[in-house]
Amino acid sequence: MKKIWLIIKREYLTRVRKKSFIVTTLLVPLLMFGLISLFVYMAVKIETKQKLVVQDDSGNFINQIDTVQKLYSIVYEKKQLNESTQAILERTKADIFLHIFKVTDSKPDSVHIYKEGGVSLSAKEFITGQLDEIYQLKLLQDAGINKNTIDSIQHSNIQLKSFDLKDNKETNAEIASGIGYAMGIIIYMVIFIYGAGVMRGVMEEKTNRIAEVIISSVKPFQLMMSKIIGIALVGLTQFVMWSCLLTILQLLIPFLIPGFSESIQGGMPANINVSNQMEALSKNENIGLIQSVMNQNWLLIISCFLFYFLGGYFLYAAMFAAVGSLVNEDPQEAQQLTLPVTMPIILGFVIMITSLKDPNGALSVFGSLFPLTSPIVMMARIPYGVPAWQLITSMLLLIGGFIFMTWLSAKIYRTGILMYGKKPSWKEVIKWIKYS
Amino acid sequence: MLQLQHLKKYYASQKAVDDISLHVQKGSIYGLLGPNGAGKSSLLRMVTGITIPDEGKIIFNDETYSPLIHNKHIGYMPEERGLYKKMKVGEQTLYLAQLKGLEKIEAMKKINFWFTKMDMNNWWNKKVEDLSKGMSQKLQFVITIIHDPLLLILDEPFSGLDPINSEIIKQEIFQLANNGTTILFSTHRMEQVEEICKEIALVNKGKLILQGEVKNIKNQFKKNQYKLVIDQDLNGFENNIISKKDFEYVLQFSDIEASKSVLKHCLQNNFHVYSFQEIYPSLNEIFIQQVADASGSRQFIN
Repeated sequence: MKKIWLIIKREYLTRVRKKSFIVTTLLVPLLMFGLISLFVYMAVKIETKQKLVVQDDSGNFINQIDTVQKLYSIVYEKKQLNESTQAILERTKADIFLHIFKVTDSKPDSVHIYKEGGVSLSAKEFITGQLDEIYQLKLLQDAGINKNTIDSIQHSNIQLKSFDLKDNKETNAEIASGIGYAMGIIIYMVIFIYGAGVMRGVMEEKTNRIAEVIISSVKPFQLMMSKIIGIALVGLTQFVMWSCLLTILQLLIPFLIPGFSESIQGGMPANINVSNQMEALSKNENIGLIQSVMNQNWLLIISCFLFYFLGGYFLYAAMFAAVGSLVNEDPQEAQQLTLPVTMPIILGFVIMITSLKDPNGALSVFGSLFPLTSPIVMMARIPYGVPAWQLITSMLLLIGGFIFMTWLSAKIYRTGILMYGKKPSWKEVIKWIKYS
Repeated sequence: MLQLQHLKKYYASQKAVDDISLHVQKGSIYGLLGPNGAGKSSLLRMVTGITIPDEGKIIFNDETYSPLIHNKHIGYMPEERGLYKKMKVGEQTLYLAQLKGLEKIEAMKKINFWFTKMDMNNWWNKKVEDLSKGMSQKLQFVITIIHDPLLLILDEPFSGLDPINSEIIKQEIFQLANNGTTILFSTHRMEQVEEICKEIALVNKGKLILQGEVKNIKNQFKKNQYKLVIDQDLNGFENNIISKKDFEYVLQFSDIEASKSVLKHCLQNNFHVYSFQEIYPSLNEIFIQQVADASGSRQFIN
């Protein structure tokens, strides 16, 4: 027991003391923070509008396209006699040239868009959206409907609220999928980053040829588990540090960037020309949003997160350790050998994406029960609510899977760590499992 | 001290150790010889508890060997040597000493003793990757003996050592043996064995071929050949002469008594006898002769 503690201590301390650990621990939150700030800043402050020149031969759209949005500045202009499209683009210094022909009903290509290098998807979406809206409005008006009526119809939409049958609390699919996605990604990253850390640690011991010295003092299984636990502690340390740093940074924002929070809050609604009524409504919506975030069963989410975080890590760390013990000096070997381990992780990620849309579909349920994918998939499902039996089965299967994998990996590890020379084939590895 | 009884270790593709029995006396230096791949390392790994024998028994100090109980009395230096490259020398030595079961204070005392003795005191804060090869081998040796093992197991201890370090380690081995440490080491370099060991075992293809004291083994394989150096031509022994170079003769006799006749002849004729000695086969020759009939060093079962 004392030796295990010694090894855990060494694994932990050598990693935590490394410069790279300190740098990433401090830098990642700063970087994340900087990136988010930059995005917000760009969205709010920087206005590099593209110039959209419209030639409207039909006369239906002139001065109708939304000018409040911040992406395009709109100019109505007509081609001069014999002027080519190229020429008008140059003359007006336009980024995009939109040519609307006279619409004779149901003529398919009545609108042409020109842009150097092709039209981007967002530009196309914007333009079709605008044109559709204007054209529909015109048709409605043509049909003799009063403009006020149309306005009131257009601005009405149905407010939808969903409730959980169990506790009558309001639920919100967007929030649930947001939380699920974030948790799933974190676990996915944890497995990859720290699992690979375990693998590198094992490879280090093998390639440095120190494994045999240590194995003559402690059992291979003790060495493997101590390493896995040591690295788990490193991961937890890093997580705690990150959350602390992010919290502190968040508190610092108002001091660091004056006017930052107003610009976030004021930025968007102000530009959408909404009535006071609407503003009040959106505030209500905000409160509802916060409420439904709060309505989530955070105790369940956090305890499940910790369980699947550790379960997923331990399951995969054992597998990564086994793979590490098979590798000789060649890093390329490591890449080939990790494939069977990384495949299920990626599979889990893919299933997670599907289950965000359909959290109770057959694939999602399978994915959240199968131990190799459950840490990632189940986390995505939990915010939506998961039947208790599924959660318990999934947890039991994960524990079982972890024990089985550790047992299996220990067998491979025990032999692999002392084998030098040729890369073993999987056939040989199976032999080791059978005979050791 | 250490008894191996009918040890067997079969791997999937070969018989690494095939029924080997040995007895190593306390305080002796025992050499395990054999070509590469003979099964020496496999044998030593079983004695250090790294692998478990398929069959057979290991007796350590009159008790059945159990790694958990006895490994703190064993110092093992594997053939594949290495240390954590990025760790500092002092920290690493302390860590490995503690893994051997030493308390921190005790470990520090021992480290200070050995570091002073081996002139390594200013290495403490160096990283292992900054040491030269010879230095790191010295360090490895110190780490192996830091906990005062009763049994020292060295797998190819001299491979890759320069003559100076080789000599230092040889002297330490002698000293340790004088102080009662039992030493079992493997090698394929015969000349060292003749210098160091009293007893040897010769292993090939996982099987024990020869075993015993070096002197007895040499006696057993001697061919009754003698080397004579005189100052004139030797006549009358034409049938015995194997080779002649100036007045240096190599002579073959049927037994010791027969060999005396040539001395008598020299004395009677008043030759000046510079030297007369029996030629013992070197272990190398015995080794090669014994192993020669093996075409490959490993036997594969398939």
